[in-house]
Amino acid sequence: MSKRTVELELATPGLDAQGRPARLPLAAAAPEPERLSESGASGEHMLINLGPQHPATHGVLRLVVELDGETVVRVIPHVGYLHSGFEKLGEYRHYNQIIPLTDRTDYLSPMANNVGFALAAERLMGIELTPRCTVLRVIACEMSRIISHMVWLGTTSIDLGAFTPFLWAFQERERIYNLQEMWTGARLTTSVTRVGGMMADVTDDFVAGLRQFVDTYPKTLHEIDRVLTRNAVWVGRTQGVGAMTAQEAINYSLSGPMLRASGVPYDVRKDRPYLDYDSYEFDVPVGEHGDVYDRYLVRLEECHQSNRILRQALERLPGGPVNVADPRLILPPKSRAMSDMEAMIYHFKQVMEGVKAPVGEAYVGIENPKGELGTYLVSDGTAKPVRWRIRPPSFINLAALPKMAEGHLLSDLIAINASVDIVMGEVDR
Amino acid sequence: MNPSVETLRATFGSAIGRAVESCGDTIVYVERAALLEMMSWLRDTPGQQYDYLVDVTAVEYRDRERPLELVYNLRSLERRADLRVKVELEPGGDLTVDSIVPLWRGADWLEREVYDMFGIAFRGHPDLRRILMWETYAEGHPLRKDFPLRGRFSRAEQVRQALTANPEAHYSLEELSIAAAYDELPPDMRERLRRGERGKIPYSE
Repeated sequence: MSKRTVELELATPGLDAQGRPARLPLAAAAPEPERLSESGASGEHMLINLGPQHPATHGVLRLVVELDGETVVRVIPHVGYLHSGFEKLGEYRHYNQIIPLTDRTDYLSPMANNVGFALAAERLMGIELTPRCTVLRVIACEMSRIISHMVWLGTTSIDLGAFTPFLWAFQERERIYNLQEMWTGARLTTSVTRVGGMMADVTDDFVAGLRQFVDTYPKTLHEIDRVLTRNAVWVGRTQGVGAMTAQEAINYSLSGPMLRASGVPYDVRKDRPYLDYDSYEFDVPVGEHGDVYDRYLVRLEECHQSNRILRQALERLPGGPVNVADPRLILPPKSRAMSDMEAMIYHFKQVMEGVKAPVGEAYVGIENPKGELGTYLVSDGTAKPVRWRIRPPSFINLAALPKMAEGHLLSDLIAINASVDIVMGEVDR
Repeated sequence: MNPSVETLRATFGSAIGRAVESCGDTIVYVERAALLEMMSWLRDTPGQQYDYLVDVTAVEYRDRERPLELVYNLRSLERRADLRVKVELEPGGDLTVDSIVPLWRGADWLEREVYDMFGIAFRGHPDLRRILMWETYAEGHPLRKDFPLRGRFSRAEQVRQALTANPEAHYSLEELSIAAAYDELPPDMRERLRRGERGKIPYSE
């Protein structure tokens, strides 16, 4: 059965007993290799350049596509247009000075990046966090997951021709941005963590605002679910498109929703818990077909689960200090630094010399919205790391794009590229 | 200490160097000649099953006496175990290592990045090109410690090169060779393609 027939059939999907659209077996939708040679008899392959300035490439990604008619024969991605040399810059900065750089890698979930870096630096230095800080960081991570998935959902729905979910999703994202602004003073470049604590504690207004968000957010998710999940156009454009089997997903080192949509139940929060994730109740959604549709379902459900975690975090948010009680790590309040000799010395030493890390190396992977964000720090005992390596989830996920797209239609390439959920700031770093 | 290290030592003998622990992770140093075989053993042997390649990267120390380290982070999804494998290379010496792309397709772009940033070449890689820097980038490998933060060339030189860049280099030669485009190429480009040249490096002649 050719791909075209599948799409026509899916245009009026039948519903199964549970009222969900009946799914065709993946094998039917998978491209048949001999089809390429059939239509390739004309020998007219076309070279198409997509990007780097193209709304559907989600940033400055450039794809050189070889087409046979409308079928993608080969995709050659070009990245690096946004390369800023963050890892090199990090080698010239103190640990706390690197945190603003982490905002700018995956700029759709800045707070989660801040947390990832701070956790690695703390493991390197052997720092135990305060209970309040731990919960605040969980809140930061889950807020990031929600805004990142909302951007993904909005932009992907636009790519596939649905405009309304984009507005709903961005409205919710705006509410989280307001909360981030309330917490840090910045909407995008939050730099919220410090090694050993947070840049600022949250206010009561923030807690009330987040509680209100948590109560009202699922309504939007249900609306999005109603408008997309059983939508004939959405289903037709996404089911059976860009499928990866579990084995392929592991072999390509995919992570995050991309890996789980392929049926691999791996979530860093569950399998290598950091912060206090092991004490939260949440489920890890896992897909079975590994296509664009399953990635959508996984991400949508992750939003529900993030909301669930946020609710639990708000309930348990303990009092007490947010920073560790070590004056060598944490800057004293400005008022004390100006009036107290000892505080001034600590302030001076931290600003001028930085915090020294012992010789060694640490890798911490956290479950970022895009996948596993790894931070690998190598220290030679000075205040600046010898090597700061970001394991960029969207870079590694994007590397599988040619594999997923080849054999599909050009219009499917847009859907597949969107489903990877890339952010070029992180791909190029 | 990860028990895999002892099993590795028993199987590969002297190809396995020292093993150290840092912040809860086990790091094992291996000889580069045994790398590919050992990686394949780690991936496929029951009881090891390091089926997931987390990351490939490299580290160069500020201390020039210390060797350049090539770092592989492996993970067994099922056993929830991690192992970090390192290969030591002399910064001034031969920087060629076997590619592990035959084992993990995910290593493709990661090895290209290490090549781009550190100049380590991977033998057997299907498409070893620069990835973050452009193909004709002539300043070297940015993450090496002898590479200055602002680049090797002066800002004026960088601007001059950008302005005089060859627009033909917009597509790589491989891409231009695709199908119908090939016939429209100027004869000298077709000749260079036949010789297997990649990009044209400005100012190299």
